[in-house]
Amino acid sequence: MTTLTPVLSEYWHEEDCFTRAGYERSGGYRGLRIAMQRTPDDLVTMVKDAGLRGRGGAGFPTGMKWSFVPKNTARPTYLVVNADESEPGTCKDIPLMLASPHTLVEGTIISSYAIGAHTAFIYVRGEVLHVIRRLQDAVAEAYEAGYLGTDILGSGYDLDVVVHAGAGAYICGEETALLDSLEGRRGQPRLRPPFPAVAGLYASPTVINNVETIASVPAIVVNGVDWFRSMGSDKSPGFTLYSLSGHVTSPGQYEAPLGITLRELLEMAGGVREGHELKFWTPGGSSTPLLTAEHLDVPLDYEGVAEAGSMLGTKALQIFDDTTCVVRAVLRWVEFYKHESCGKCTPCREGFWWLVQILQRLEAGAGTEADLDKLLDLSDNIAGRSFCALADGGVAPITSSLQYFRDEYLAHFENGGCPFDPAAATLFAETAGAASL
Amino acid sequence: MSAASGLSGEASERSQWLADRGEIARGESREPAAERPTALDETARAEMREIIARYPEPRSALLPMLHLVQAYEGYVTPAGIEMCAEELGLAEAEVSAVATFYTMYKRRPMGEYNVGVCTNTLCAIMGGDRIWSELTEELGVGHDETTEDGKISLERVECNAACDFAPVMVVNWEFMDNQTPESARELVGKLRSGERVRSTRGPGICTWKQAARILAGFPDAHAAEGPAAGAASLAGLVLAHEKGWSAPAGGRPALGARRSDKQEDDQ
Repeated sequence: MTTLTPVLSEYWHEEDCFTRAGYERSGGYRGLRIAMQRTPDDLVTMVKDAGLRGRGGAGFPTGMKWSFVPKNTARPTYLVVNADESEPGTCKDIPLMLASPHTLVEGTIISSYAIGAHTAFIYVRGEVLHVIRRLQDAVAEAYEAGYLGTDILGSGYDLDVVVHAGAGAYICGEETALLDSLEGRRGQPRLRPPFPAVAGLYASPTVINNVETIASVPAIVVNGVDWFRSMGSDKSPGFTLYSLSGHVTSPGQYEAPLGITLRELLEMAGGVREGHELKFWTPGGSSTPLLTAEHLDVPLDYEGVAEAGSMLGTKALQIFDDTTCVVRAVLRWVEFYKHESCGKCTPCREGFWWLVQILQRLEAGAGTEADLDKLLDLSDNIAGRSFCALADGGVAPITSSLQYFRDEYLAHFENGGCPFDPAAATLFAETAGAASL
Repeated sequence: MSAASGLSGEASERSQWLADRGEIARGESREPAAERPTALDETARAEMREIIARYPEPRSALLPMLHLVQAYEGYVTPAGIEMCAEELGLAEAEVSAVATFYTMYKRRPMGEYNVGVCTNTLCAIMGGDRIWSELTEELGVGHDETTEDGKISLERVECNAACDFAPVMVVNWEFMDNQTPESARELVGKLRSGERVRSTRGPGICTWKQAARILAGFPDAHAAEGPAAGAASLAGLVLAHEKGWSAPAGGRPALGARRSDKQEDDQ
């Protein structure tokens, strides 16, 4: 049986773990001291050998991303930490930065040193005020301690870190849209190539990594490649934060080796809420195709989930029980993608507009079977026909729900409306029910 | 929306959609900037320059500068757009184009407290929809509208990265976790009556303008308030402690080890 392996979350129960004093008492900034004794190339090799993969959704090998940065260019190199956590269901980076912002700061310094950056940005979504306070405070404390600024720990290495608050746009989690936003523009994705490693922020070489990715670096530096690889699988090594939410007894953060299954995690979290059955779930946010109870034993690593026809994504396990109407859930997600489409690419901008109309009609019970084909046809014309992955992600709930729950769509128009009672799905319905027993 | 909406219905929904995205500001005044009193003084200008100095290229300062405009004015006013444009050497149209893209920048005066209810799928299903409908009824305002007493603005927010605390609300971007229709009504009641309200994972809630100042990169002194982590954030860790689970030996050794089952690292 797989057990939990708290590394990032190990000290979150300490009441002052967000301060430098608390962090250092728990071994914090040791990784930085070790890293400053190594060459940048050694660190890139270490992260490559560890097999750390991007925790923001795509799972790209981090060390490889770092090694794409050209050496000895005339332009400065930048590190940008993507802290724009906005993918529906995803809630791991926010608690990490709230509880232990110094883990991210330490990882940022080590990673910047490894890629030769002297300026790093933490682009954090704006709607999380207290997380921004904690980050601002942690960066200020790191300057005071000589971990940031000039001649860090006497190494001769200089680094400045800027905490930059976004302003409310899901699309800015897409790395090239994030760069445009950080340049003070509307956050719209760029066509690639050139890739950010070559021409990113201000057309300079830029590495963009997710919060959890960067926060995993100090532990690798301290404990080594073999230790990291002793968790997870060969292709998906290491520990990671799984976030359980929805109709589960104890929702929350569960840090485990990659490859744990939902069956194991649900058991740890006390199971699906009492008296109900698992109906569907997302492995990594709403942009990853839905899975069902038949996928309970799929290893939750990059390969395992891909083999099951979905994606590991952000490991945001949203659990929905048998009280949930899948059409309602999908409609709400697609309304989100419509709202968040940046408007740059026509298939996405117009396509989600039409998808919402059809889904609203279906949910109201006024659809026809031809509408289901139209949904798939439209989805096919949106996915892969836009600059960025918002389009692909946005149709994932539609195509996957039609794959597993076509009958439920049909039931809506056979029934002349939604056959579900939304009140039964709420959390307080459960309390009311329990109270009356 | 009705299933068989006619052309006019679609057209009006489309303009509603554009309005939601800020492309058209509903009720936006066309009054020239110069005729309105503005709170943006020379101190504000100096602070804008301070923001610009943080970045390798000035234009990167635009988002925090717009947050600063809201810290002074409560929303992005024509005077604010003008000042940003002057300081960055941009056309006002360029600044407006950016301001209208992001949902946190408001085009109309805001209440002292912006109350957000997450109605993205998971929170909606867990009770967010019900909270939303009860609050709109209670307050008599809809999405992006403000109560007549100027106390509360209401907003449907998208996923705020706190799904393990669903149903989630935010007030001036501070978390209000695990809400029910009752707790939500109580919350807005307290806010309206001027009672101090504390975030479930943060400090006492500051005003909308004070919050905008922090977003502009001018911190207040409340970072240490509130817990390190909410209960859900600790769910896995608490279980690991109960079961005696930890990362493999050598994993993240503590200086002055707190856990007897861990070996001291000699590295």
